[in-house]
Amino acid sequence: MTPDVKSSIAARAAQELRPGEIVNLGIGIPNLIPGLLGDTTSVFLHTENGLLGVGPRPGEGELDPDLIDAAKRPVTALPGAAYFDSAQSFAMIRGGHIDVAVLGALQVSVAGDVANWAVPGKDVLGVGGAMDLVVGARRVIVTMTAMSSSGEPKVVAECTYPLTARSAVDIVVTEHAVFRLREGALVLTELCGDATLEQVEAETGASFDVDLEDRRAA
Amino acid sequence: MVGGFGLVGAPLKLIDALVEHSDADELTIVSNNIGEPGRGLGKLLRQGRIKRGVSSYFTSNPEAVAAVNAGEIEATLVPQGTFAEAIRAAGAGIAGFLTPVGAGTLLAEGKEERIVDGVPHVLERPIHADVALVYAARADELGNLWYRRTARNFNPLMATAARVTIAEVGEIVPIGELNPESIHTPHLYVDELVLSR
Repeated sequence: MTPDVKSSIAARAAQELRPGEIVNLGIGIPNLIPGLLGDTTSVFLHTENGLLGVGPRPGEGELDPDLIDAAKRPVTALPGAAYFDSAQSFAMIRGGHIDVAVLGALQVSVAGDVANWAVPGKDVLGVGGAMDLVVGARRVIVTMTAMSSSGEPKVVAECTYPLTARSAVDIVVTEHAVFRLREGALVLTELCGDATLEQVEAETGASFDVDLEDRRAA
Repeated sequence: MVGGFGLVGAPLKLIDALVEHSDADELTIVSNNIGEPGRGLGKLLRQGRIKRGVSSYFTSNPEAVAAVNAGEIEATLVPQGTFAEAIRAAGAGIAGFLTPVGAGTLLAEGKEERIVDGVPHVLERPIHADVALVYAARADELGNLWYRRTARNFNPLMATAARVTIAEVGEIVPIGELNPESIHTPHLYVDELVLSR
């Protein structure tokens, strides 16, 4: 996956965010979004280790060892930021107070099930806040490449990897397509760049509805 | 029970003391991570003194993952929000709670599931400890604690959830010098203070 592919996915996902929303960004492609928003104050970034109002990465001499995000990277806090403990942070998440969670995934099913924390038979020892976020956030946007590095479609009929949650995803953004979950069914709503419907069908491990007239909601 | 998110807000000097001056072993460690290789709780892991880890993210220490896979330590993996709430519940006298998080996944195996308002929930039990080791930037002589920035994380929860709470602190100020409206952990939760320096 080239950096261009990642940033094109992140840029498309960023268009789904509305000014003033509370947004939690996962590790990987979602973390490219702040650099693409231009004005990072248009949304409020929440990080589950206890900060609302995450600012840019610290410059030279601004590094604070007590100030990190959930990826354990040094960050800054914007004016108006608030700190809180982990129980309150996850009460915000579980309680439906986070407008949008943007996260990567290994698989998403046509029913909106998502698998993003473990590979069967190995790596089942780190879940972090993934399950809480996909269950609790009001909108869940998955950003991922259409295919895995081994060439398997990531949008599938049924997840075969360990589930993070059932029926949790609202939007899937890949480098070639935007899908939306509508009444429990997956709908292709946008072809990205010069992608064709045939290409997206070939890259998708399940059938889906097509409604390309629905450009993203204003 | 050991505070910190990774090494941030972890009571590193108390962990060092445990590593160097105690022979307590077969420990159950409740902490979001099991340190990093050779750092924080990673030191205790290398000594082979951890019997079981309760954590949301073992993965930040590959040596912990290897120890679990080799059968050297038992691992209980808990979603991070459930982990936090279960510790909070322990300190608050709550015997259990129902959360939709984890329902229908591997992490609900062996736990009671219950449908509430049409939504599957998991019954989660509190997580108690014998001893909590926490870190706070500032304390007063009574043991009131103030945490700094994202070093707060699990510390105030853990301070409530153990029979004995030992706080490592960056400084100790006289009684009355902490603003009563800025105290995160009131002193009744804190048994011992240890200065970092």
